[in-house]
Amino acid sequence: MDKRVLLIEDEPNIIEAIRFILARDGWAVATHSDGETALTAIRASVPDVLVLDVMLPGRSGFDILADLRADPGLQALPVLMLTAKGQGRARDAAEQAGADRFLSKPFANAEVLATVRELAGL
Amino acid sequence: MVPFNLLVAACLIYVILLFLVAFWAEQQARLGRVKWLRSPVVYTLSLSIYCTAWTFYGAVGYAARSGLEFVTIYLGPTLVLIGWWWVLRKLVRIGRTQRVTSIADLISSRFGKSNLLGVIVTLICVVAATPYIALQLQSVTLSFNVFAGPVPEGWALRDSNSTALWVAAGLTLFTILFGTRNLDANERHNGVVTAIALEAVVKLVALLAVGVFTVWVVASGPADILSRIEASDIADWQMQPGRWAGLTFLAGAAILTLPRMFQVMVVENADERHMATASWAFPLYLFAMSLFVVPIAVVGLAVLPAGSNPDLFVLTLPLAFDQGGLAMLAFLGGFSSATSMVIVEAIALATMVSNHIVMPLWLRFRTGGARGAGDVRGLVLNARRLSIAGVLALGYAYFALSGGSSALAAIGLISFVGVAQILPAMLGGLFWRGATRIGAAAGLLTGFAIWLYALFLPSFGAGGLFGTELMLQGPLGIGWLRPQALFGIGGIDPLLHALFWSLSLNTALFCAVSLLTFPGPMERLQGVAFVNVFDHSGPTRGWSRGGAEAEDLLAMAQGILGADEAQGFFQAQAAAQGKAGFLPDTTPEFFAALERRLAGSVGAATAHAMIAQFAAGAAVSVQDLMAVANEAQQIMEYSSQLEAKSEELARTARALSEANEKLQALSVQKDAFLSQISHELRTPMTSIRAFSEILMEGGLEGPDQARYAEIIHDETIRLTRLLDDLLDLSVLENGRVQLNVQVANLHDLIDRALQAAGQTRAERRFVIHRDLPTEHMPIFTDTDRLVQVFINLISNARKYCDAARPELTIKVRRRGGQIEVDFIDNGSGIPAGSQSLVFEKFARLTDTTRAGGAGLGLAICREIMANLGGTITYVPGQGGAAFRVALPARRQREAA
Repeated sequence: MDKRVLLIEDEPNIIEAIRFILARDGWAVATHSDGETALTAIRASVPDVLVLDVMLPGRSGFDILADLRADPGLQALPVLMLTAKGQGRARDAAEQAGADRFLSKPFANAEVLATVRELAGL
Repeated sequence: MVPFNLLVAACLIYVILLFLVAFWAEQQARLGRVKWLRSPVVYTLSLSIYCTAWTFYGAVGYAARSGLEFVTIYLGPTLVLIGWWWVLRKLVRIGRTQRVTSIADLISSRFGKSNLLGVIVTLICVVAATPYIALQLQSVTLSFNVFAGPVPEGWALRDSNSTALWVAAGLTLFTILFGTRNLDANERHNGVVTAIALEAVVKLVALLAVGVFTVWVVASGPADILSRIEASDIADWQMQPGRWAGLTFLAGAAILTLPRMFQVMVVENADERHMATASWAFPLYLFAMSLFVVPIAVVGLAVLPAGSNPDLFVLTLPLAFDQGGLAMLAFLGGFSSATSMVIVEAIALATMVSNHIVMPLWLRFRTGGARGAGDVRGLVLNARRLSIAGVLALGYAYFALSGGSSALAAIGLISFVGVAQILPAMLGGLFWRGATRIGAAAGLLTGFAIWLYALFLPSFGAGGLFGTELMLQGPLGIGWLRPQALFGIGGIDPLLHALFWSLSLNTALFCAVSLLTFPGPMERLQGVAFVNVFDHSGPTRGWSRGGAEAEDLLAMAQGILGADEAQGFFQAQAAAQGKAGFLPDTTPEFFAALERRLAGSVGAATAHAMIAQFAAGAAVSVQDLMAVANEAQQIMEYSSQLEAKSEELARTARALSEANEKLQALSVQKDAFLSQISHELRTPMTSIRAFSEILMEGGLEGPDQARYAEIIHDETIRLTRLLDDLLDLSVLENGRVQLNVQVANLHDLIDRALQAAGQTRAERRFVIHRDLPTEHMPIFTDTDRLVQVFINLISNARKYCDAARPELTIKVRRRGGQIEVDFIDNGSGIPAGSQSLVFEKFARLTDTTRAGGAGLGLAICREIMANLGGTITYVPGQGGAAFRVALPARRQREAA
């Protein structure tokens, strides 16, 4: 198994936690912390699963997702959205923007791992 | 006989007294005690600089030579002040609404802020004033000589150049010290004006004392004097109606157009109503000055040896009777007359030269124009100082070169004719909207040329520029161009000849060219603003809304007005627009107000040119031109009523929509706040939960385990700090905070804050600039809370200042009852769009990782300052991020 996941998140400690959880399961984890240049990073290394935070410096995760879904090459990329706002409205917004799954922070480690595996079709 | 040394000592003591008076007046003005400094009495006395040494000494000589003709010099101003005070009132009103700095500025401003006219008028004034200043130096020198030895014969001089040089140097120093302290010419030079008022009293008292001595001691009372006059040559004097009328007119014109008279009458005027007092009190002063002229002349002619110089009778008469003290008083009177004239003349001319010649050149030759804040203020002040020195140097050079030729005696009148050339453009500008810039330039240049040719240059005498041949035959033998018989009409008095031709051709060209040319839009606007100044005292509008950034404008204004003045002005303008902070919207009204403010410092033309570099597009809008065109009184009144009504409606609507917006904004704010808190709490919790789950599963290496535990620990602290901040903020916002007010030294508080904030990014070298002596002041407040604010600002600077060599400047100052502490770093500052946001909760402009806080710091600072009765504001345009903490110096009584 050599699946790749790209994590777009700006909190260093959360990056470290998710990287640890997924790497232990055998994932190759790449990270990116800036909202504005996120799209370029995604295009550069089309991953198997994208984990995307909502509150990013420069550009919101919703906007990035909307661009992804409008791009024929990236339309089908499975996306897991993370948000710290945790209100029902944020979940609706994420689904409308085209997120495949949605987790609110703080999350259970097992839940993240299971969702990513599921999105990758494992 | 008074010993010469004693005289010099008296003179020095007198000058020191003037220095002290001027210094004291400046001091009083700074403390706000200006009430009597700005009284009608001081105003009237300051007008008396009209009476120079030429009038003080020369009037007696004039009477001895030409009988009662000297009266015309007093009659002209008297007629103007009594009969024409409405013209003066109009001048003063225009001077105040347009913030006129000099007579050159008045003409330039009226004719579309044309700098060309400013330059022409400045040149005329400088050329006309130079010999006049030389005359003052000569009179002081002559009067010194009277005491130095035997009475000199005629106007002949011994080696007295050094006396004149010393006098010129002393006057330069005094004028620079008290005349260039303030840049804004619209603000009164309180020191100078007060010193001049004192000098006015001294010269009046001196002349009256000599008069009383003459009438009651030398002669035996008024009856005796009358019979002596009857017996003297003066009684045989025949009035020459032409010369009488001409000279009266000339003196009347001079009081309107002499640069120094304009300075004291218009620029230094503190209140329009003073004009009413001056209109009767100043003629009275002139009457008193002229009362004893004829008796002194008659007695002098009879008592003193034949051939004595009648110009010095005021001094020599008391000396002849061994009245040393009285002679000394008379000497000080003459000294006062000369010095006060020179001081004010130099200030007025220096303002013109710096505003109309130096500043425009500077604007043209520096790259980038007015944009980019340089310290223009220093430049203007130095230009003024140099101009003052230059004007006095010119006067001295003229004195030294002319060697005290007897022509100096008449130079006062020659100067009068020179400045009178400004009269047509001035009166035309005040009363005739059709007058144009080109017309004014044509008239001024023509009059100036004729004056130079027919009066000024011939005044140097046969040895001067014009040889005898030219005077008699005309240039190249062209007879009708003879300087004193233009167009072949000879046989007239040379002064009247020049006055007639220069002024009549000046006026004729001014009118004719004005009729033939078409005024530009700016000329029309200014024309209406001047001619109808009493109908609508509203300021002229001239700017359309431009793309100028208020911050750039502030930076420029600071360069000219100084930081305090400029910030105060911008703050007031912003407040008038209903905005907090330092940056008003760049509306046309704001542009116009800023331009007028700058005009007070650098003149209308320069201010206009500087603003033009910022304001976009055409300077005059169609609406403005329509306003000029539709001015039938009824239409104006009707429309202004309608306007008032619709304005009221608009105001109510605006208030309603503002209230509505505020409510909506509050609701949005509340949601955003809750969502922000959720985010700020959940983020650290995410790390804590994830790493505790990892640790719970076990099987980690020792170092990893320790590191993950540390992350959990740090994130817990972050959570705690966030909760503390939130609680602090909520307590502060509800105003339930317990203030622990005590007295402390501000210096110690800053020390404490610097020490506490030193931990933030301790690895960075950070330079702190402080001015320690200014920091020592007691402060009554909750010191812990204030230090909390300081710490916050200092650590923010340490965190966010992005300069390669970060520096922080801390400035403390006391203004009014307020203490202000500025924290200014040298980074790239806060962008204009975000400046109003930084004090909001969770407003963090950069990424979270670097900040390490929740973005509540400045919000807490704002609440603390509100609780301490002060404010914290962002000050734009300081070359970095700049925050100002202001709080009352004294403890405020708890408001109920």
